[in-house]
Amino acid sequence: MSSSAGSSGAPVSTSVATDESGARTEVIESHDVTGTDKPRRLISASDGPDVAFRWIARGSGTIVVTVMSLVGLFLLYQGFQALQVAGPSFLTEQSWDPNSGKFGIAAVLSGTFFIALTAISFALPLSLGTALYISEYAPAKIKNALVTIVDLMAAVPSVVYGLWGLFFLSPNVQPLSQWISTYLGWIPIFSVDGFDQNDPLASPTAFAASTFIAGIVVALMVAPITSSIMREVFTQAPIGEREGALALGATKWGMISSVVLPFGRGGIIGGTMLGLGRALGETIAVFLIISPVFVIQPHILEKGANSISALIALRYNEASKFEISALMAAGLSLFVITLIVNFIASTIIGRSRSGNETN
Amino acid sequence: MTTVLDTPLSPMATEETAVPREGARTWIPVDTPPPASELRRSTATIRTVDVIRLLGSAFASIGFTAWLFFYALPLQGVLGFVLVAYVLFLLLFGILTAFDENSQTVRDRIVAVFVNSLAFLLLLALFSVVIYTVGRGVGPLGHLNFFTQDMSNAGPLDPLTQGGVIHAVLGTLIMISIALAISIPLGLLTAVFLSEFPGRYARFVRTVVEAMTALPSIVAGLFIYATIIVFLGFNRSGFAASLAITVMMLPIIIRSADVVLRLVPGNLKEAARALGASTWRTVWTVTLPTARSGLTTAIILGTARGIGETSPVLLTAGATTFLNVNPFSGPMTSLPLTTFTFVKSPENNMIARGFGTAAVLMVLVLLLFVLARAIGGRGPGVLSARQQRARARQSRDDGYRYRARELRVPTSTVRQAHPRALPAAAATRSGTAVADSAAVGLTVATIAPVSPAVAEATAQQARAARTWRRQLSESRLLPKPSAAINRFRRGSKAPQESPDPSPNSTPPAPDNSGPTRKDPDA
Repeated sequence: MSSSAGSSGAPVSTSVATDESGARTEVIESHDVTGTDKPRRLISASDGPDVAFRWIARGSGTIVVTVMSLVGLFLLYQGFQALQVAGPSFLTEQSWDPNSGKFGIAAVLSGTFFIALTAISFALPLSLGTALYISEYAPAKIKNALVTIVDLMAAVPSVVYGLWGLFFLSPNVQPLSQWISTYLGWIPIFSVDGFDQNDPLASPTAFAASTFIAGIVVALMVAPITSSIMREVFTQAPIGEREGALALGATKWGMISSVVLPFGRGGIIGGTMLGLGRALGETIAVFLIISPVFVIQPHILEKGANSISALIALRYNEASKFEISALMAAGLSLFVITLIVNFIASTIIGRSRSGNETN
Repeated sequence: MTTVLDTPLSPMATEETAVPREGARTWIPVDTPPPASELRRSTATIRTVDVIRLLGSAFASIGFTAWLFFYALPLQGVLGFVLVAYVLFLLLFGILTAFDENSQTVRDRIVAVFVNSLAFLLLLALFSVVIYTVGRGVGPLGHLNFFTQDMSNAGPLDPLTQGGVIHAVLGTLIMISIALAISIPLGLLTAVFLSEFPGRYARFVRTVVEAMTALPSIVAGLFIYATIIVFLGFNRSGFAASLAITVMMLPIIIRSADVVLRLVPGNLKEAARALGASTWRTVWTVTLPTARSGLTTAIILGTARGIGETSPVLLTAGATTFLNVNPFSGPMTSLPLTTFTFVKSPENNMIARGFGTAAVLMVLVLLLFVLARAIGGRGPGVLSARQQRARARQSRDDGYRYRARELRVPTSTVRQAHPRALPAAAATRSGTAVADSAAVGLTVATIAPVSPAVAEATAQQARAARTWRRQLSESRLLPKPSAAINRFRRGSKAPQESPDPSPNSTPPAPDNSGPTRKDPDA
């Protein structure tokens, strides 16, 4: 592919440079007096099949891009009618009753973020700890097995997590919710309306189907993904720097906090953002657990939560044409948000030191 | 890494590499050591005193928490107990360590314990998800009808001996097959486009695809619902569901395939181009085969994601309790969707069926994952032992073919001259024209002798082949592939083991291995 010395101009002098590694670079100084020595045109003979192949490959790329753009465009096109009717109140209205023209995503959007943020606040320490454990602390014998297990858990279907959350976690976590709300209820997000801790007959079902439970389940779903991204970055922290830190007398944690964590900062932030993107879009596990409410519900321990994807799964059936349009608009807003989150995540990963070295 | 190289066989011959010799052989370096990479040293040390401190603070914290919960404070709840006990444990452990260590060490120990327990907690939770689901799903799984019937004749109150999920299993398989039929060619072609035709457009496509990997699955379902069902007016069907799965799966497959293809060593592709291969030939014969295992893994992991997603199917397939194998008409269902509809019922039997379905789904995903691990996990171009044997066999057969062309005998003659061959000597001695290797042993007696001239020529050729064989076995030029592999495995170099490492040990050129010279039968 690369053109060597021109054939027409005879090289005047040839010097051979040898670098330390012993690789010889031959520098041909070609001072052609007549100045006719130009780089030759490289004509690659593209035969018929080759041209066809190029166009097929290009075409498939175009198809993929078209489909992917169509997703956004179609949602916009179909949701436009509803957006027009609702106007700016689409972002501020809490209730969802498209047939009366009173609908907005304030409740579901805030619910989506509450669930996602609860999930991330659980998933971040869990996945960070797991990633550090696998990359720094685990015995070499079980390291590979752990990596496989975590990767496998990332592939477990979300409906399975939903089942577990609904039937196992929910009853078991209610006492904890009660405990937190009793002793930490003075923090606004932990307070629960309609539950009197001094009333011995008060039902703990006030704590069922809450943002908190949905958040824990989603946290377990995103933790394997986040953790495997972090682990990959941590293991790439340069050994020279690690051993340098240890040789200077650092403890293991000293080494981790001064070498591994700074090196993997991009991976930690980016992985968390990717997890956040997954958490925002998670449908079925959330839908199984929550009982939908259409008010902004900042009390995460209290019964009742909502999310955009759960709204779509709840209302798409038996919806009129206009209701569908309203759901499309909601779906579009979810799509745009995940797109932004994901874009920020990949930018952070790409700009970080570790990201630069991996890509 | 492991590619077929043209390597001279004896160390003496290395000086002669510049001179193209007759009989230079294709050879496979087996188990090429990876490029020297630094190995992480284990810096783990656990002293007895650490263990004693751990145990001591654990017992102390449990005792203290028990006292708090049962006597001192009006606290209750198992999880609360565990939380308080754990915090106390960390505190006590820190204090114990601080008695005879400096603050740096104390911090180090506490963080180590904390990281260990976080990892333990996550793994515990993940295991509990799997074990709980499988444990509650065992009930229906014990009945064979669960795998052979659909739910058309079983109501919510019917016992587990009636009804099953065959409709969901088949529905899942049909949907994922259609989705794969679309997304494998499209995805791989796009990945090839991204890696082989770099440019501004490819960068744009890559950006779009990477943005789309985070597409919420319900939005993918909503998109197909909006286009196929609302806009175009089709009914819900398995095909619509497969399209939704495709939209969701495609970016995942493209992205991981693109990563794998970018890892294919550039020098392999350049070698192919230098030999005059066109772009698509290079892709077809070099790039794709080299990245095969990684591509397979990408596809299988995408499949696992596609199988497990509920929400796209929920919007587009239309749940059914009947077995429907026609993806183009009538509603269909899939395993996750069936799980979802089962557990929404308040009946215990239906919930049990839901867990059973979820267990089936998990086993399916697990199988796919194990398959992906078995196939993948190797870098591009790194061969499995079996593939290495196949390469060695192919290389040996190529050797036979070249030799046969030199000697102007059928390839089968040379192959039979190999030590492992059948009574080829008898066959050739009889002066019959050897036509086919498999037939030789059987047809010796039946083939009519041909004219003396031809017979003489053939006999000479056969002798040449045998001579060559003997020299081969002397110089171990063509050992059994397995032997070659073993030898390389042991790390020793094959040529040094050769009893006669002189240049003569290479196969003789036709002129100095005249058929008559060394033939014992002559």
